Amino acid sequence: MHQETRKLLTVITESAIESALCEELIALGAGGYTVTDARGRGSRGVRDAGWSSSGNIRIEVVCDAGAAELIAARLRDRYYSDYAMILFLSDVSVLRPQKF
Amino acid sequence: MDPVVWFFVLGVIAGLARSDLRVPAAIYDLLSILLLLAIGLKGGVELARQPISGLLPQIGAVLAMGFALPLLLFPVARFLLGLARPDAASLVAHYGSVSVATYAVGIAYLGARNIAFDAQLPLLLVLLEVPAIIVGILLARGIDASTNWGKLLHEIFLGKSIVLLVGGLAIGWAAGPAGIGPLEPLFFDLFKGFLALFLLEMGLIAAGQSKSLRSRGLQLILFAVVVPIPLATIGAITGTAIGLSLGGTTLLAILAGSASYIAAPAAMRIAVPAANPALSLTASLGVTFPFNIFVGIPLYFTIASWLHRGMG
Repeated sequence: MHQETRKLLTVITESAIESALCEELIALGAGGYTVTDARGRGSRGVRDAGWSSSGNIRIEVVCDAGAAELIAARLRDRYYSDYAMILFLSDVSVLRPQKF
Repeated sequence: MDPVVWFFVLGVIAGLARSDLRVPAAIYDLLSILLLLAIGLKGGVELARQPISGLLPQIGAVLAMGFALPLLLFPVARFLLGLARPDAASLVAHYGSVSVATYAVGIAYLGARNIAFDAQLPLLLVLLEVPAIIVGILLARGIDASTNWGKLLHEIFLGKSIVLLVGGLAIGWAAGPAGIGPLEPLFFDLFKGFLALFLLEMGLIAAGQSKSLRSRGLQLILFAVVVPIPLATIGAITGTAIGLSLGGTTLLAILAGSASYIAAPAAMRIAVPAANPALSLTASLGVTFPFNIFVGIPLYFTIASWLHRGMG
């Protein structure tokens, strides 16, 4: 079965900025994204999703390496200083490369 | 003391003792929807019952108060507390805006004493929610060309509390007392039960703030306890001046003395990223909310009674 490599970009951040962030992802060339609710603990304390304003989300985007770099750089510049956010990239194999 | 507030205490104790008690997020959302709709419907039904005369001057006065409160508080937050500009602006947006849960406890308080209040209070509640948030954003950012006001105003005006309150008012007003009759068991008879469950979750959330409270120091706690009293007094004076009843004056004082912890945090997080969200939330939810439901509401009722006696 033919497989090709794409980047999986995972962002874990505050749910407060979900809508702004998702618009930005599409504008920067992501073909789509998946958002899930998340909770955990990091340098900004426990984010337990006990209610809306302390909730975290996890956004996953599969895209080509160029778009992934662009998105990562933009998010770093715009959100890292003021928002709880981590972001990481990994390689994934996809079966339908034209989709991403 | 109304028994509903003891559910708040139960929540705080359970939270501090690290009980595994949790109110699921979806239930909390449902409870807040029911409370907001009930408050809106009640107001709408009452508005339909009687012609409201002289509503426009009241709306004007309450809006003016909504813009004035955060402006009055800003120097206190900036210079007395020594907060950075974004933090001070965010804090005054929280304190200028209102808490629907505090208002709901106020309704329960008045209900237990058989004191009626004016029909337009839910409308005034909606009006008081917004101005402080706008003032807070302006104080933090100035008139800045890069501010995307379209998006921010969408966020502020179409937040769920305003949509549900205004929607409830409109439905209650259009349907009238007879039309709403079949819905009464759910929205009005069960109001206190929903409020009790809601307060239980509020207690759990407030307990979660206690850690961040300890690291904030005495100054912020003092601010959160002292500031609601003059704010509520301004509310009581305004209520008396615009001719509200004793119950209505008390509720307007409660609104003025309460601090937002739903609409304001969400809007400020987006509009003023540099402000520390924990600071305002700890003060409004961890200190001012419990202060208001235990000490504030009876106190504001007393102040409103004095003013009304003075007028009479």
